[in-house]
Amino acid sequence: MWETEGLQTLGIVVIVCASLKLLHLLGLISFSEDSVEDELELSAARHRPEALEQLEAQTRFSRKELQILYRGFKNECPSGVVNEDTFKEIYSQFFPQGDASTYAHFLFDAFDTDHNGSVSFEDFVMGLSILLRGTVQEKLNWAFNLYDINKDGYVTKEEMLDIIKSIYDMMGKCTYPTLKEETPRQHVEIFFQKMDKNRDGVVTIDEFIDCCQNDENIMKSMQLFENVI
Amino acid sequence: MAAGVAAWLPFARAAAIGWMPVANLPMPIAPTNKNKHQDELIILNVSGRRFQTWRNTLDRYPDTLLGSSEKEFFFNEETREYFFDRDPDVFRSILNFYRTGKLHYPRYECISAYDEELAFFGIIPEIISDCCYEEYKDRKRENAERLMDDLEDNKDSKLPNMTFRETMWRAFENPHTSTMALVFYYVTGFFIAISVITNVVETVPCGYMPNQRDIPCGERYTEAFFCMDTACVMIFTVEYLMRLFAAPSRYRFMRSVMSIIDVVAILPYYIGLVMTNNEDVSGAFVTLRVFRVFRIFKFSRHSQGLRILGYTLKSCASELGFLLFSLTMAIIIFATVMFYAEKGSSSSKFTSIPASFWYTIVTMTTLGYGDMVPKTIAGKIFGSICSLSGVLVIALPVPVIVSNFSRIYHQNQRADKRRAQKVQKARLSRMRISKSGSSSAFLHSKRNGLNQSLELTGSLEEDQQLKKTTSLLESQHHHLLHCLEKTTNHEFVDERLYEQGYMQTALQNFPSQSPSLSSEEGITGTCCSRRTKKSMQPLSATHTHSHTHNLQELSALHIQCGERQALNTSRSSLNLMSDESGSLNCKSSGLVTTAIISIPTPPSNNSRASPDAPPPPNPDAPPLPNPGNDVVKISAL
Repeated sequence: MWETEGLQTLGIVVIVCASLKLLHLLGLISFSEDSVEDELELSAARHRPEALEQLEAQTRFSRKELQILYRGFKNECPSGVVNEDTFKEIYSQFFPQGDASTYAHFLFDAFDTDHNGSVSFEDFVMGLSILLRGTVQEKLNWAFNLYDINKDGYVTKEEMLDIIKSIYDMMGKCTYPTLKEETPRQHVEIFFQKMDKNRDGVVTIDEFIDCCQNDENIMKSMQLFENVI
Repeated sequence: MAAGVAAWLPFARAAAIGWMPVANLPMPIAPTNKNKHQDELIILNVSGRRFQTWRNTLDRYPDTLLGSSEKEFFFNEETREYFFDRDPDVFRSILNFYRTGKLHYPRYECISAYDEELAFFGIIPEIISDCCYEEYKDRKRENAERLMDDLEDNKDSKLPNMTFRETMWRAFENPHTSTMALVFYYVTGFFIAISVITNVVETVPCGYMPNQRDIPCGERYTEAFFCMDTACVMIFTVEYLMRLFAAPSRYRFMRSVMSIIDVVAILPYYIGLVMTNNEDVSGAFVTLRVFRVFRIFKFSRHSQGLRILGYTLKSCASELGFLLFSLTMAIIIFATVMFYAEKGSSSSKFTSIPASFWYTIVTMTTLGYGDMVPKTIAGKIFGSICSLSGVLVIALPVPVIVSNFSRIYHQNQRADKRRAQKVQKARLSRMRISKSGSSSAFLHSKRNGLNQSLELTGSLEEDQQLKKTTSLLESQHHHLLHCLEKTTNHEFVDERLYEQGYMQTALQNFPSQSPSLSSEEGITGTCCSRRTKKSMQPLSATHTHSHTHNLQELSALHIQCGERQALNTSRSSLNLMSDESGSLNCKSSGLVTTAIISIPTPPSNNSRASPDAPPPPNPDAPPLPNPGNDVVKISAL
């Protein structure tokens, strides 16, 4: 007999639950705090760059060059700003064999001078102006800024190791000779031997610029990309 | 490389300045834009509609008509524009491809017209972007079928010379070909009908016998029915044997469904002939007669619709399976519940769970015979839930089956899915190839440069030839990758060579540090790359020859004179200058390859390529004849 009664109760419970669910579905009653859907965040920055004349004054590009640069920029980033993911994606397309995302991250930090998480056209063009049309001093300054990850004015071995590892990452797996674990570390050692004159374990901006200016190789290679645009 | 990203190449190259202080080797010279013209608007006149775009936009895809010099053929001198006598509507999509890098397929376009335009402008259809690719493939498939159907219709009227066997087979498969075939078709159809009707009428009670018992007609007119049966079976047997004879592949024919049905239809008769007077198996014999009803399936040869129905059921096997499975699940659940609910009530018909199955099935399919009804309240509650859920469970898969049937009725679905899978694989592999194209292009150009340099004997002007084959964009991109190689002092190889080299290094022990031939050969063994072998062989061959031989050379790029000093600075790492082939990062691999050094020597001066050459690096290499000339060949000794 208990089976019948038990099942009877069960049946009634089932019916009650079903009807409650139905009412909930119809929206007549609500159980939990159904949060209203979050408003869609307005898609970030529709950014317009400064006027052409201003940019012309601030950078060393001609009007035509700025036009060409902007067209390419806008094509890839219609909203006018690049966020880090797009930046990584774009940069990765040039290095299909390896993983360029870490280096792209450092680059992004170097370009994003006001550290607001996105690179606008002005940031982009300022960076390029230094890299392509700047004096050697400025370029070296920029490179040092790139290596100095925490922007404290000193490049430590760990920072350098990160940078060099990211460069080696871009090579990917299929290299000749095969990349070993200690290759980046060795590279860092070579670099520090060259640059760290007072052997204090960090490289300051002056040591860096000094050493690079004495290295003819580096000086020559700085001129390499003059005619890029 | 994608279209828009080409515009970011200057940025990527500028960012390479970040590598410069870190690199230990000098960088290759950048390719210059010899004919540096300002970007200009060009006008494309397509059947009167004028499109305008930048020249650079079109140059993004140099292997299409508009991106290459092929468009010069269409240049109209008087109007200074490019005139194409093609469809302007489709051209819109094509030009958008250059602008955005994505090729779209508009739905209103005819598929063959679109294909023709794509072929004309040199664009492969596989790069249609994902948003439009499904549509494109569907339309293409439909079109292909329509063409195939047309072809088949045409085929029947042709074929003059066929053997008798082939004629017969065609007659069987397609009754409309000749009058004989048609006659045969109708005769067999008639006899199938007769046979089926005979089977049915056999069981109808007709007439009374004196002992007041209805007997079926079959027992009353035994001989008549037997004669009918014999005649039908004889016709069917003859037909089957003729089909078997005419079939192009007898084995395949015997395995086909229709022939199995034929066999099953006539077999009972013969079995019945064989064992007439055996009482024990007469029960089985009666069962066999049931199989005679399979003759009705022979009608499916005569009816297209029946075949499609069978085909539908076969192709909807998954939906039918799902229906069956869900029904079984529900039946078991509800039968159990009903059994326990009704257990208490007296004189309940729900004697066991399997007995409740019958109730559940009848309720869920909304038949409701009424031979089993629940009496308790709980039973009634659950019974009603059972019938409601039955409606749902059965109603869900049915529309799927219906839509399947209508779909198959219009086209042959199954074979296309299989074909589509192959095409999808081909498409993905093609896209993968084009994506990896940029990296393989770089490796390819390196190899080309290497090969070319191996053939030439020290001339200095092949940079022109090399530059001709690659576009400026490509050469700049390759220069960028080359700078990266220099920075890290490793080079890119493709997968295959990497695997080989990796396996070889894993297997081999490192040879001892002897600056002699043995270490050289050991190196040849360990770094097993094709390029290494190629250059090593001339190396070992020429170490006895005084032979001007430029073994290694950077493709399309030249090293500046100042690299001699780089040798000094990098002496500690024993890095080899010649990285194109066979160079080892000695420090990392543990091999001391003092044998192989590279000395920047002018071509004329490269006399003795001896492995026992003085220890590396050789700072006092013979002076360059023309220090002002910044073009130097690197040769490995």
